[in-house]
Amino acid sequence: MTQSRRTKYSIFSLARNAFSHHENWQVVWRSPPPQKSYDVIVVGGGGHGLATAYYLAKEHGISNVAVLEKGWIGGGNTGRNTTIVRSNYLWDEAALLYEKSMQLWEGLSQDLNYNVMFSQRGVYNLGHSLQDMRDIARRVNANRLNGIDGELLSGTQVKERIPIINIACRYPVLGASFQARGGVARHDAVAWGFARAADARGVDIIQNCEVTGIRREGDKVTGVETERGFIAAPKIAVVTAGHSSVLAEMAGLRLPIESHPLQALVSEPLKPVLDTVVMSNAVHGYVSQSDKGELVIGSGIDSFTGYGQRGSFSIIEDNLAAIVELFPIFSRVRMLRQWGGIVDTCPDACPIVAKTSVRGLYFNCGWGTGGFKATPGSGWVFAHTVARDEPHALNAAFDIERFVSGALIDEHGAAGVAH
Amino acid sequence: MLHIECPWCGPRDQSEFSYGGEAHIVRPTDPDALSDEQWADYLFMRANPKGKHREQWCHSAGCRRWFNVVRDTVSYEIVAVYRVGETPPEVDDAD
Ligand SMILES: Cc1cc2nc3c(=O)[nH]c(=O)nc-3n(C[C@H](O)[C@H](O)[C@H](O)COP(=O)(O)OP(=O)(O)OC[C@H]3O[C@@H](n4cnc5c(N)ncnc54)[C@H](O)[C@@H]3O)c2cc1C
Ligand SMILES: [Zn+2]
Repeated sequence: MTQSRRTKYSIFSLARNAFSHHENWQVVWRSPPPQKSYDVIVVGGGGHGLATAYYLAKEHGISNVAVLEKGWIGGGNTGRNTTIVRSNYLWDEAALLYEKSMQLWEGLSQDLNYNVMFSQRGVYNLGHSLQDMRDIARRVNANRLNGIDGELLSGTQVKERIPIINIACRYPVLGASFQARGGVARHDAVAWGFARAADARGVDIIQNCEVTGIRREGDKVTGVETERGFIAAPKIAVVTAGHSSVLAEMAGLRLPIESHPLQALVSEPLKPVLDTVVMSNAVHGYVSQSDKGELVIGSGIDSFTGYGQRGSFSIIEDNLAAIVELFPIFSRVRMLRQWGGIVDTCPDACPIVAKTSVRGLYFNCGWGTGGFKATPGSGWVFAHTVARDEPHALNAAFDIERFVSGALIDEHGAAGVAH
Repeated sequence: MLHIECPWCGPRDQSEFSYGGEAHIVRPTDPDALSDEQWADYLFMRANPKGKHREQWCHSAGCRRWFNVVRDTVSYEIVAVYRVGETPPEVDDAD
């Protein structure tokens, strides 16, 4: 199946549809009833699940695939995150995986024929102490050795580039790392673009279909129980972010994952005032400005575990205190909306993208606070893992066995509050 | 924001407390006797239930004592508070 099942979006299709008052646009994806069986079932219709399905069809010719989503696609963390994209991770394994994702982002709108509004406006990670600056210098050097762009800036250089920042604040800004290729993308468009492109290649996207059980026969899977009945498949690819432990329990597995609330908020729309992304691990806050003009603000997780898609007000209070100290000009901006997602944190702040001890069962989880940037890359390596029943070189280190062997990939410095 | 009842000081705001993760994980008495899998399970694997969770909290900006809480991880309701060493109260995991 090819993309020809969809008319291509272009300036011409826009003009053509204008003549019929935009009433005749083709549906973006079908909503078929579930078949009795598939070659692969992807559980979870977030960006990662949809990307997995898309690359299964595109790269591996496996299109008899269903994506089962309990709510609506992108309604989980995909549609709730603050959309920061960067690849400046410390360790080789993580840096190369996120960089693969970055390279896919750079051609994604063309590849999907869907504008994901990927905007490489750069990302600053601020340093407020000598130790911060040493860590930042080390990370920039490590990035450059891996062919990933990065610059080390002094406090004055930061001030020159971001005139509204207050570098002489309580925890002075001593400098920053800057990744120019980093930036933001439109989160919903990422889900919709992957859904449309996967559907065009024959993938069934089935919303409102919660998986309630994973059926096993001996050491292998045979299918999933859902609220719309049993669906058979020899391969089940679970990509359910905050609900990973719940799905693991259905298959009798234990994961090193904990689910935490993570919140974000946006302001009323303002005229353009901040043309980049600024984040600080030390004072717990980050901010960018959306194309609509809203300031998009976030910080770290709530310390306790939770599935409630809401967090504590004290986190927001601390977050805004840090933002106002860094950007006094924002002190009287009103906040418009605030929400939470459920993030799946892993002890080493790195994901698990791997086979499991159950044959035909694969898990992609543990992206925690920072998986949006990984959406295309995660789908790409996971599709490989599921199709070939073995990991790609880029995700081989991200197995579950690393918690037994001790080969952890500690990215707490590059992850954490910085998403 | 949670309102947590410290067994010694009474009800206080969440911001006085720090969270200590899953309760009742017993440190192995003879770590050398464990296989790598058992050690990994002790160190890293967690129940992470969607529902009732037995967890540890410390009244770090108060009496600085540790205690246990049963909390619903969906509604965040605190169902029970009990001291370290006490038997966990019976709670219905289903609701
Ligand atoms: C507030 C916030 C800010 C963030 N900011 C950033 C950022 O700036 N940059 C960044 O890189 N990352 C960020 N993240 C993290 C990022 O959002 C996630 O890592 C990423 O979206 C995970 O993608 P996903 O597709 O796996 O998850 P999701 O989009 O959550 O998809 C999982 C899906 O599985 C479904 N599901 C669950 N259980 C079942 C079931 N039983 N049956 C069927 N379906 C099920 C859910 O409904 C959901 O749609 C942020 C997260 C939050 C919450
Ligand atoms: Zn107390």
